[in-house]
Amino acid sequence: MAVITSDDSNLEESQFSKQLKAFGGFCRNQPLGAAGALIVIVMILAAIFADFITVYDPEQISFEAMLVAPGLEHPLGTDNYGRDILTRVIYGARTALVVGFVAAFIGSFAGLVLGVASAYFGGTFDLVFQRIMDVFLAFPLIILALAVVAVMGTGTENVIVAITIPFIPQCARVVRSNALAIREIPYVDAARACGFSDTRIILRHMVPNVMAPFLIMLTAFVGQAILLEASLSYLGLGVQEPTAAWGLMLQGGAEEYAESAPWVAVFPGLAITLAVFAFNLFGDALRDVLDPRLRSR
Amino acid sequence: MYKYIINRILLMIPTLLGAAVLVFFVLRLAPGDVCEMRMAGTGLFADPEAIAICQENLGLNDSKIVQFGRFIGGYFTFDLGISMWTSRPITEEIGLRFKLSMQLALMATILSIIIAIPLGTISAVKQNTWIDYVVRSFSIAGIAMPSFWLGILIILGLLIYTQAWFGTPWMPPITYVSPFEDPLGNLAQLIWPALATGYRYAAVSVRMTRSALLEVLREDYVRTARAKGLLEKVIINRHALKNALLPVVTVIGMEFAFLMGGLVVTEQVFNLNGLGKLFVEAVLNHDYNMTQQLVMLVALIFILTNFFVDLLYAWLDPRIRYA
Repeated sequence: MAVITSDDSNLEESQFSKQLKAFGGFCRNQPLGAAGALIVIVMILAAIFADFITVYDPEQISFEAMLVAPGLEHPLGTDNYGRDILTRVIYGARTALVVGFVAAFIGSFAGLVLGVASAYFGGTFDLVFQRIMDVFLAFPLIILALAVVAVMGTGTENVIVAITIPFIPQCARVVRSNALAIREIPYVDAARACGFSDTRIILRHMVPNVMAPFLIMLTAFVGQAILLEASLSYLGLGVQEPTAAWGLMLQGGAEEYAESAPWVAVFPGLAITLAVFAFNLFGDALRDVLDPRLRSR
Repeated sequence: MYKYIINRILLMIPTLLGAAVLVFFVLRLAPGDVCEMRMAGTGLFADPEAIAICQENLGLNDSKIVQFGRFIGGYFTFDLGISMWTSRPITEEIGLRFKLSMQLALMATILSIIIAIPLGTISAVKQNTWIDYVVRSFSIAGIAMPSFWLGILIILGLLIYTQAWFGTPWMPPITYVSPFEDPLGNLAQLIWPALATGYRYAAVSVRMTRSALLEVLREDYVRTARAKGLLEKVIINRHALKNALLPVVTVIGMEFAFLMGGLVVTEQVFNLNGLGKLFVEAVLNHDYNMTQQLVMLVALIFILTNFFVDLLYAWLDPRIRYA
């Protein structure tokens, strides 16, 4: 018994050391990607533990502390309502990440299943489906998102839907082109000959084989979703006050006080840039690892 | 080739029709309409009778099929209708803003080409040197930075520096003047938003130029050219760059299409009266007619740009022939 336990722990240890080595290899080969991942992890931790990191309330208005310049008490200064900007940037990360991850995940997952199904069924289904995708792809992302907001109204949940919908055809198009090649591989025919259902063939046999483009699209979408959310909130059509959101912080007086209190406009924008920058770096590295054909040397 | 062109043009029809159906029905899913917006906007008690008269006048009480028929029928009679909000002809409203948006899109595209192709080329030729790292950082930063934030920073910089240098802060003018009437005034207004948006697109194109050129520089014919003893400058300019331009043209084409309708946020920052701002106003006011026509215009520009980019492929690379 003792021998088996020792074997188990050895096995676990070797698996753990393998994973550790793989992670070390990723960091060595993709230092920029690792830096991006590190920024993303710090952002996620800051968003989760926001309540413990800062002593201020992100929504608490304080007229005694309006437009205070960055200093010891308020490292990034305060806005025109006297709210601590660092606190709002940290809580804004929560909004950005929730919108970014939820919209990117649902959008790319729906695109994945639809794209594979379109390639698998082919024929009329594929033709009609592709024409529908063409319609959605004929608009800039922001226009489509604006149309959805117009129908559903503003607020965090509706913004997520507005951002998710334009992602679906984008992902479906890329995944479909990969799935078309996979459809021709004999194991799909073998699965069909075994009498497996279409759903099982799509979900169990084809979807796992298009994971590389799926994961690449997923990471790219998170950055795009953060940018879109910021744009919609800046227009006043996204997340609403008093919720902390980076785009909204730029709208709320950032231009009005640009001259007297430039920190109001600078820090939320920096936060957006850093977040998108980190996701792009990580996404690029992931693409290089998962799909060397797409490598941008 | 002709068959290909005709096929592509025919395929545009179902896409445009799909876009028309989509925008028509999606807009009508939203609660409220332009009449309610107009009456409620006065802040006074909205008389239900007045709302009903307004809806009747605008044809909002007709069945959806009749309204859709009117929308599509307008294209055959060259009548795009009137704006439900301003009651002015849509062609006039769009015409006013089209010039500004077109000029801004052209300026940003030209700016991005001027920046992207030389920088992308230098970055590829000097791969893994400090120049390459600087250019790559420049392009990654451009992709991550929201254009509207860069716009705010530009305004901020203008205010602070003009105040410091001239004693009074200066802001770009808000009213559009034609470049033929007052070129300097026109430039003073549009160069800043063109810079803010051009930077982002330059960043995307720099990346594309660099990776495409690196790919081409590894081709056998480049090695042959080097073996012949050709000057590096000639190899890059005459042999490599032209072949590397294909994906760059796609990116630039798509950028241009996006810039014509997607500058919603940048126009807001610089307070420009372009198509993007008109679109936001139309959506907020539930101006169905205006929103429908703007969406169709953007979709048409997108589809046509894609089409011309594909045709340009054949011209740039004679190996590509469309059957």
